Amino acid sequence: MSVLTLPAQPVRGAEPALRPVPWRRMIWVTWRQHRGMLIGVTAVLAAVSVFLLVMGLKAHHDYTSLLNCHPQDSAACAAIKRDFNNTDWPVSNTVAILIQLMPVLLGAFAGPAVLARELETGTFRYAWTQGIGRVRWTIAKLTMIGAALAILTGAVSQLYAWFFDPAREFEEMNVLAAGVFDTRGTDFAAWTLAAFAIGAFLGMLIRRIIPAMAATLGAYLGVQLLAWLVLREDYPVAIDTTNARLFSGPSTPSSPWILKTWTAGSTDWWRYIPVSRFWPMQFIESGWLLVLAIALGAATVWLVRHRAA
Amino acid sequence: MNVIETAGLGKRYGKAWALRDCTVAVPEGSLAALVGPNGAGKSTLMNMAVGLTLPTAGTATVLGGQATGSPVALDDIAFMAQDAPLYRNLSVADMLHLTRNLNRRFDESAARQRLTDLGIPLKKKAGKLSGGQQAQVALTMALARRPRLLILDEPLSALDPLARQDFMATVMTAMADDGVSVLLSSHALAELERVADYLVVLGDGELRLAGPVDDLLAEHRVLTGPTATAGLLVGEFQTVQVRRAGAQAHLLVRDAGPDGTVPAGWEAHPVGLEELVLAYLRPGDGGTSAAAQNVPRTELTEVSK
Repeated sequence: MSVLTLPAQPVRGAEPALRPVPWRRMIWVTWRQHRGMLIGVTAVLAAVSVFLLVMGLKAHHDYTSLLNCHPQDSAACAAIKRDFNNTDWPVSNTVAILIQLMPVLLGAFAGPAVLARELETGTFRYAWTQGIGRVRWTIAKLTMIGAALAILTGAVSQLYAWFFDPAREFEEMNVLAAGVFDTRGTDFAAWTLAAFAIGAFLGMLIRRIIPAMAATLGAYLGVQLLAWLVLREDYPVAIDTTNARLFSGPSTPSSPWILKTWTAGSTDWWRYIPVSRFWPMQFIESGWLLVLAIALGAATVWLVRHRAA
Repeated sequence: MNVIETAGLGKRYGKAWALRDCTVAVPEGSLAALVGPNGAGKSTLMNMAVGLTLPTAGTATVLGGQATGSPVALDDIAFMAQDAPLYRNLSVADMLHLTRNLNRRFDESAARQRLTDLGIPLKKKAGKLSGGQQAQVALTMALARRPRLLILDEPLSALDPLARQDFMATVMTAMADDGVSVLLSSHALAELERVADYLVVLGDGELRLAGPVDDLLAEHRVLTGPTATAGLLVGEFQTVQVRRAGAQAHLLVRDAGPDGTVPAGWEAHPVGLEELVLAYLRPGDGGTSAAAQNVPRTELTEVSK
C-alpha cells in the first residue's frame, strides 16, 4: 500500500488573503516609534556641523595666512601664530576632546531604549506577538537605527577631520595618533555603530534603560581602551626596520608612528607604522568593529528569541 | 481540532515553578475561561501559548499542532496582554496603522469604524484614554487581525461593570460572526459563568480542573447530609471537597458513587460553576480525594500588584 504524503499545511477557509509583510513596512514602524530620537540626533549633529563649518573656515583661513607669511620670523608672522595659538587651537582642542564622546553618548542614548523600553512598559507583549514576528522586528529596528546613526556620524566625522586638520598640522600630530585616527575615515561611524550595538545588547540583557545606559558607557570605554592600548599596535600594518634615518629629523604630521624599539645584538630595530598605511589600518579597525556590532546584534536577536518573557 | 494543546507543560523561573506539569486541550470554537487566583500561572500559560515564553518542560502546540510562535501561529493568534499595553505616546490612529504594518492581515476600515462607533477619538494619544477605552482599542486591533484564536489575559480587571459588558459583547459577536475561538483569563469567575463553555482552573502553578463546562457541571454534585456519616461517604465517592457546618456536612463529589444512588439521609443538589471552581482551588477541611490532597489553601482574591 502506498501512502501519499502531503506537506503539513494548515487548512484555511475563505478568509481575507494574507498579504506579505515586506521589510519596508518596518521602515514606517521604526520611523514612527523612534522619530523623536532620530530627529533629535539629526538636529544636534546639524548644529555641530554648522559649528564645525564656521570654525573650520576660520581655522583654515588663519592657518593658510600663517603658512603664507614671509618672513616666518617677522613680528607680523609671530602675531598671526600667536593669534592661531590663542583662538583656533583651543577651540579645536576642546572639540577634539568632546567629539570623542559622541559615539558612546549616541550609543547609550539610542541603543538601550530600542528593547529595554518595550520591556519596561510591557509593550513587548504587543509588539512581539504580531504577525511579523519578533526576530524580524528586532533585526529591522537594529539595522535601520544602526545604519542611520552610522551614516549621520560618518558624515559629521568627514567635516570634523577637515575642521581639525589645521590644528593637527600646527601641532605636528600624525593621522595615526589616538584621538585623531578614531575621528576620521570610516572609524568614527564604526565606533558609533559598535556603541549602538553594545547599548542595544545591554538593554536587552539588563532590561532596564538607565542601568543599561551606564553599562554601555563602561563597556564602550573598555573596548576603546583595548583598541588603543593593545589591539592597534598589533594590526598587521607595522613594519620592522633598522633604518634609523627614517626617524631622524624633526617631527612632522607625516612622521611615522613608532610602536617600539629594541636592540638585537648590536643592531637597533624599530617597529613603526607609516602614515601611508592609514587606510589599511582604518579598514582593519572599522572591520572588526563592524564584526563586533553584527555579533552583538545577533546576540541581541538570540536574547529576544529565547528570553522574551 | 484543539486550538491549544499542552503536554506536561512547565515553566520554572529560578527555583520556583510558575507552572508545572500542565496537560490540557482547548477545543476549537469554545470560549475557554482560564481561572485561578493571581500567581496561579495563568499569564505564564498564555505567554507560552503565544510563544513569548519558552517552556522549561513539556510541549505546547496551537491551532491543531502548529508550533507556538511559528509564522502560522503568529498570523492566526491575536493576543491581548494584561493591562492592554499600548504605546502611550502614539495616537489611536497610529496604533492602528502600526498594527496594520506589523501583520499580513488587518482590516483597518473595520477597526476605525468600530472605534468611531464606540466614541473613541482616533487622534487622541493612547496614553490619554481611560482604562476601558484602552482595552477596547487593544481588543479592536486584535479582532481586526481576523484571528482564529483570541487570547485575552485578564482583559476585564481594569474595567467598570458597564465596560465589561461592552467588552464581552464584542468578544461574543466575534465568536458568532467569525467563528473565533477565545481563551480568556480571569481571577473573577462571576462574569464568565454565563458565557464560558470550557473551563481551565489553575492553582499554585498546577492544573486543578479542565473540561467542557456542561460536562463538569453534570459530573459534579453536592451531597448534603449528617456530619456523623460524612466520613463513610468520603471513602465511597470521589470527593473533591468536604464542608462541615455544625450537624450538616456538604460534600462535593465527582461521580455517582458505587451504586449510583444517593445514600439514605442524604440529598443531592446540582453544583454552580463558581462553587465548583472554589472547591477545586480550596478543597477545605477533610477532603481526601486525590484532587484534594496536598493542595495548599488558596484564596481566590485579588492581590494588588
